[in-house]
Amino acid sequence: MLLLILKRIGLGFITLFIVSLITFVGVEVLPGDACTTYLEREAYGAALDACIKRLGLDVPAYERYLDWASNVIRGDFGYSLSGEMPINEVLGPRVKNSLVLASVSILIGIPLAIVLGIITALWRDKLPDIMISTITIFSMTIPEFISATLLILIVAIWLGWLPGIVIIPSDATFYELLSNIILPVVAISMIMTAHMARMVRSSVIQVMSSDYVQMAILKGVPYWKMVFRHILPNALLPAINVVALTIAWLLGGVVVTEVVFNYPGLGRLVIESISNRDLPVVQALAIILASIYVGINLIADLMTLMLNPRLKSLQIRK
Amino acid sequence: MESNLITEDKQKNKLEKAFEILKTMASKPSGLIGLTIVLLHVVLALISPYIAPYDYKAISPNTMLLAPSAEHWFGTDSLGRDVFTRTILGGRTALTVTFFGSLIALLWGGLLGIFCGLVGGKIDDVVMRVVDAFLSIPWILAMLLIVSLLGTSTEVLIPALGFFYGKGIVRVARAATHDVIAKDFIVSARARGHSNMSIIWNEIIPNVRDAILVEGAMRWSWMLLGFSSLSFLGFGVSPPTPDWGLMISNARGLMSFAYWSVIAPIVGLSSLIIGINLTADAFAKALGIDRSTKAPV
Repeated sequence: MLLLILKRIGLGFITLFIVSLITFVGVEVLPGDACTTYLEREAYGAALDACIKRLGLDVPAYERYLDWASNVIRGDFGYSLSGEMPINEVLGPRVKNSLVLASVSILIGIPLAIVLGIITALWRDKLPDIMISTITIFSMTIPEFISATLLILIVAIWLGWLPGIVIIPSDATFYELLSNIILPVVAISMIMTAHMARMVRSSVIQVMSSDYVQMAILKGVPYWKMVFRHILPNALLPAINVVALTIAWLLGGVVVTEVVFNYPGLGRLVIESISNRDLPVVQALAIILASIYVGINLIADLMTLMLNPRLKSLQIRK
Repeated sequence: MESNLITEDKQKNKLEKAFEILKTMASKPSGLIGLTIVLLHVVLALISPYIAPYDYKAISPNTMLLAPSAEHWFGTDSLGRDVFTRTILGGRTALTVTFFGSLIALLWGGLLGIFCGLVGGKIDDVVMRVVDAFLSIPWILAMLLIVSLLGTSTEVLIPALGFFYGKGIVRVARAATHDVIAKDFIVSARARGHSNMSIIWNEIIPNVRDAILVEGAMRWSWMLLGFSSLSFLGFGVSPPTPDWGLMISNARGLMSFAYWSVIAPIVGLSSLIIGINLTADAFAKALGIDRSTKAPV
C-alpha cells in the first residue's frame, strides 16, 4: 500500500519533469527566443544584448535548463520581462484570486452535482431526469465564453441585477472578491456541475443494475435504505476520479471565463503574458498549472485507493 | 470475373452497413435531431458563398449597427457588415478547420496508439509518459503559445489543433488494441509469420476502428469548442475572416444595445456543437460503444 502510494507520487514527479522539458524545449525549438520575442522590432543592438545578459541566454541551453529547474524547485521562477519584477510577486495575488474563484465554485458545484446526479438516476427517463439532463447536456456542450456572455446579457444587461464586468484590482481583499464573483462562479460551476452530475448519474445507474443491488431488492430491503447503504457508497467511489479530471479540465475553461468577466486570476495572466510575449511567465504558468493537474489527479487516485477495500487487499497480496 | 464479383459484393456490404448504422442513429429522436443539425450546417457551409446576400468584408459607415430588418435579416455589426452573411460563412470556417484538424488527430493519435498497444514494453511506457505529460499542460496554454509564436494562419491552426486533440485518441486506440491483442486471430496471425505491419493493417485496424472513430467524433466537437475559444480570445483566425468566436468577441462590448450581432453567431456555434455531440453519442450507441463513463480529458 505504502509502496503503491510512493510509486504514484514518483510517477507524478516524472510527469512534471517531462512537462518542464516540453515547455523548455518547446520555447527553444519554436522560432525566436525570449528576448527577440519580447522586444520584437527593437531586438537589436544594446537592448538585445542587455536582455540576453539578464536572462543568461548566452550560456548553452542545457545549463540554462538545469539552472532554471533548480531555481523552480526552490520556488523561484525568475524575472518577468514586461513587469520587470520577480514572477513570484506577479503570481501571488493571481493564485489567491483563482483559488477563491475555484473553491467557491467547487463548494457549490460538487454537492449540487451529487444531488442532481442521484435524482436523475433514481428517476431515470422520467420527467425530472429528462428536464435536468437536458439542461446539463446543454450547459456542458456550449462553450464557456458563450454561456458567460449569455449570463452577462441576460442577468446583467436585460435584468440589470448584477454588474456584468468585474472591476477588481488584482490585490483585492477577500471580501471585495466575494461580492463580485457571483456571475463568474455561476458560469464556472454550471459547466462543472453538469459534467459531474452526468458522471454520478451513469455511475448510480451502473450500480443499480448490479447483482448485489438486485439481491437487496429481492431481500426486501426498504428503498431508501438500499439507496443510502448499498447504492451511493459504491456509486460515488468511481466519481471521485471524474471530479478530479473535471476540475483539472476546467483549468483551460477558467482562462476563457476569467477573460469574459475580466477577473484578475491565473487564467487572465495566461492571456496577458502571452499577449506581452513574456516567455518566462508563460513557462512558470505551464509548470504551475501542470502541477495542479498532476496534484489533483494524485489526490483522487490516493482517495480511491484508501476508500476501496478491494484495491487495498490486492496490493497487500502483491 | 469471380474476384470482381466478390469485391463488388464486399463494397455493397460496406455501403449497406453504413446505411444501417445511419438508420439506427436516426431511430432515436436525439440522434435524428443531431444528424439533421449537422447535415444542415454542412449543406449551409457548402452553399453559403453562393447564397450570401452581401460581401462579408464590405465595411460601410451608413449601415452601422442596424436592427434586424427585411434587408439585413440579422442586422449589421459595428462596421456595418451584414451579420447574416457573416454567420453563414462563419460555419464554413469552423467546419473546414475542425474537419481537417480532426482528420490529423485521428491519423496520428490512432496509429501511435495502435503501435504502442501492439509493441508494449519500454517503448510503450516512455510514449505513454510523454502523452500523460502533454495531457497535463492545459490545452489552451500550449495552443496559445504555439499560435503566438508561429502566427494565426489556418496552416498553423489546423496541425496544431490536430496535434493537441490527438493525444487523447492515443489512449483510446491503445486501450482498444490491448483488448484485441490477446485474441486468437492475432496469435494465429503471429504464428503464420505475418509482419507487425500486416497485423496492424489486416487484424487490428478493422477491430479498433469503431472505438477510434467514436472518440474522433467526440474530439471533433471539443476541437470546435477549442478553436472558437481561441478565436474569441483573439488567437484564432484573424479578421476580417468571418468566424463565430471572433464575431462574438467583437460584438460583446456592444450587446447592451445591439444584441443581434452577438445572438446570431451564438446560435450558430451552439447548434453545431450540440448537433455534433448528439450525432457522436448516437454514433457510439449504434456501434455499441459505451462512452457514458468517460471523463472529459
